[in-house]
Amino acid sequence: MSVAVPQPRVRTRPVSNRTGLLPLGVATLWLSLIVLLPLAAVVLRSTEGGAEAFITSVTGAQAVSALRFTLLISLLVAGVNAAAGTLIAWVLVRDSFRGKSLVHAVIDLPFALPTIVAGITLLALYGPASPVGVNVSFTQIAVLMALLFVTLPFVVRSVQPVLLELDEQMEEAAASLGASAPTIFRRIILPNLVPAILSGSALAFSRAVGEFGAVILLSGNIPFETQVASVYVFKQVESDNLGGAAAVSTVLLLLSLIVLLGIRGLERLGSRHEG
Amino acid sequence: MRADSLRRVSLRAAALGYLAVLLLLPVGMVFWRTLEPGVGAVLASVTTPAAISALSLTLLAAAIAVPLNAVFGIFAALALVRGRFRGKAVFDALIDLPFAVSPIVVGLALLLVFGRNGWFGDWLADHGIQVIFSVPGIVLATVFVSLPFVAREVAPVLREIGSEQEQAAATLGASSWQTFRRITLPSIRWAVAYGVVLSTARAIGEFGAVSVVSGKIAGETETLPLLVEKRFQNFDLAGAYAASALLAVIALATLLGMTLLNSRRTRT
Repeated sequence: MSVAVPQPRVRTRPVSNRTGLLPLGVATLWLSLIVLLPLAAVVLRSTEGGAEAFITSVTGAQAVSALRFTLLISLLVAGVNAAAGTLIAWVLVRDSFRGKSLVHAVIDLPFALPTIVAGITLLALYGPASPVGVNVSFTQIAVLMALLFVTLPFVVRSVQPVLLELDEQMEEAAASLGASAPTIFRRIILPNLVPAILSGSALAFSRAVGEFGAVILLSGNIPFETQVASVYVFKQVESDNLGGAAAVSTVLLLLSLIVLLGIRGLERLGSRHEG
Repeated sequence: MRADSLRRVSLRAAALGYLAVLLLLPVGMVFWRTLEPGVGAVLASVTTPAAISALSLTLLAAAIAVPLNAVFGIFAALALVRGRFRGKAVFDALIDLPFAVSPIVVGLALLLVFGRNGWFGDWLADHGIQVIFSVPGIVLATVFVSLPFVAREVAPVLREIGSEQEQAAATLGASSWQTFRRITLPSIRWAVAYGVVLSTARAIGEFGAVSVVSGKIAGETETLPLLVEKRFQNFDLAGAYAASALLAVIALATLLGMTLLNSRRTRT
C-alpha cells in the first residue's frame, strides 16, 4: 500500500521562534522562583549534616514506620481505586439510569472539597458521634477511608474517556463468536483500559503519599500505628527538627518524582497504542 | 438476557453504593449536623469576627494566587506547545511537580527559604519584611499548590487548534501580541476559565502548606480551613461544621461552574 512519494523538503520556520521566547522565559522564571527554589532548599537542608545525618534521620524507628505505613496504605489506595474507579467509570459510560448526570457531577466533588472538610465529613458519619454506630476514628481504617475519599476521581476520570472511545464492534464480534460477558471484559475491554487504569492509580498513589489535610483529624497521629509520613514531617517541623523534616521530605520528593516520571512513561505508552 | 440485566444492576448497585458510603452520605451528614442547631446558629457561627477575617484572608490569598497562575499557565502552555527548545520534556514534568509534592513539604520548603533561619531570613529581617507566620507566606503557599491547573487545561487545547491560524495572522503582518489577543486567546478562553475554577477551588481549600507557614494567629493569619481545624480541636463541633459547610458550599459552586464550563467547552 505504501508508495514512497518523495516529499519536497520545505523548511517551515515555526512561528514560535518569534513568540516562544517570552512565554518560556516568564514561565521558567515563575516556576523556578515559586517551585524549584524552595524544593531545592529542602533537598539541600536534608544533606546539610552530611550523608550520615540524612541516613540517621530517615532510618529512625518512627520515621521508618511512618514511611512504611504511608507506602503500604498508598499502594492499597491505588489498588482499591483501580477496581472501584474502573467500576464507576464503567457504570457511568455503559449503564443508564435516572440521576446519572448528577452522579457524573458528584465524582469531582473530592477535588473541589477542601481536604480538611473531607476529614470532618468522614468523622461526622464514621466518628465518635456516628449516627450509624460505626466509629473508625484513630484507626488505620480511618486513614484508608480518608485517602480513598480524596483520590476517588483519578481513575474514574482517566478511564472514562478511553471507555467512551472504545470501539464496541470488537465486543460485538466477540459476543457473536460466543464469548461470555466476563470473557469479553477480560480479553477485549480490560487490555484497552490498562494504561488509563495504571496512570489513574499512579496519580492516586502519589496523592495518597502526600496527603495531609484529610488525614490529620482522622488518624489521631498515633506513632507506629496511624502516623503517615506527611504528619510525621509536620510534627518534626513543629518541634523545630527541620533537618529531620527535610530528610523525610526528600524521600517523599524522590517518590513523587519517580511516580511522575512513571506516569509520563505510561502516557507515552498509551499514545503509542493509539497511533 | 436475564443474567445480563442482573449483572448490570449489581454493577450499578456496587458503584453507587461505594459512592454513597464514601462520599454522599458523609457530605450529607455534615450538612445535616450543621443545620441541626438551626439556621440562626449557623449564621452566627460563620459571621463571628474570626470567621469573617478567616474568610476574607482565604479569598485574598486566592485573589492574588489565581490571576498570577493564570498568566503563568498561559505562558507555560504557549512555551510547551508552540515553543521549541531543549529540555522541553523536563519543563513539562516540572510543571506538574506541585501536584505531586505533599503540601507539608511545600510548607517546609517555604520555611527553609523565607523563615528566620532560612536562606533569605537575615535579609528579610534586616528589611523588616515578614513572610513566614504572615500573609505573604500564606499567599506563596497558595500560589505553589494551585500553580499547574491553568497550564494543564490550556496546553491540550492549544495543541488541538494547531498553529495555522496564528501563522496566517503572522504572515498578514500581525504582531505577536495582536496574534495572541485576536487569534489565540479567544480559542483558549474556556480552557483558561476552567483552569481558573480548578485553581480557585484548590487555593481556597489549601490546608497543609498554609498550616505550616501561617502561625495560626486568630484574626490575622488564620484561613477558613485552618479555622475549621481549630474549632474542631477545641471541641466546638457546631462551629467546625458550620465553617466546613461554608467551604462545602463554595466547593459545590465550583462543581457547578465546572459542569457548566464543561458543557460550554464541548459545545464550542
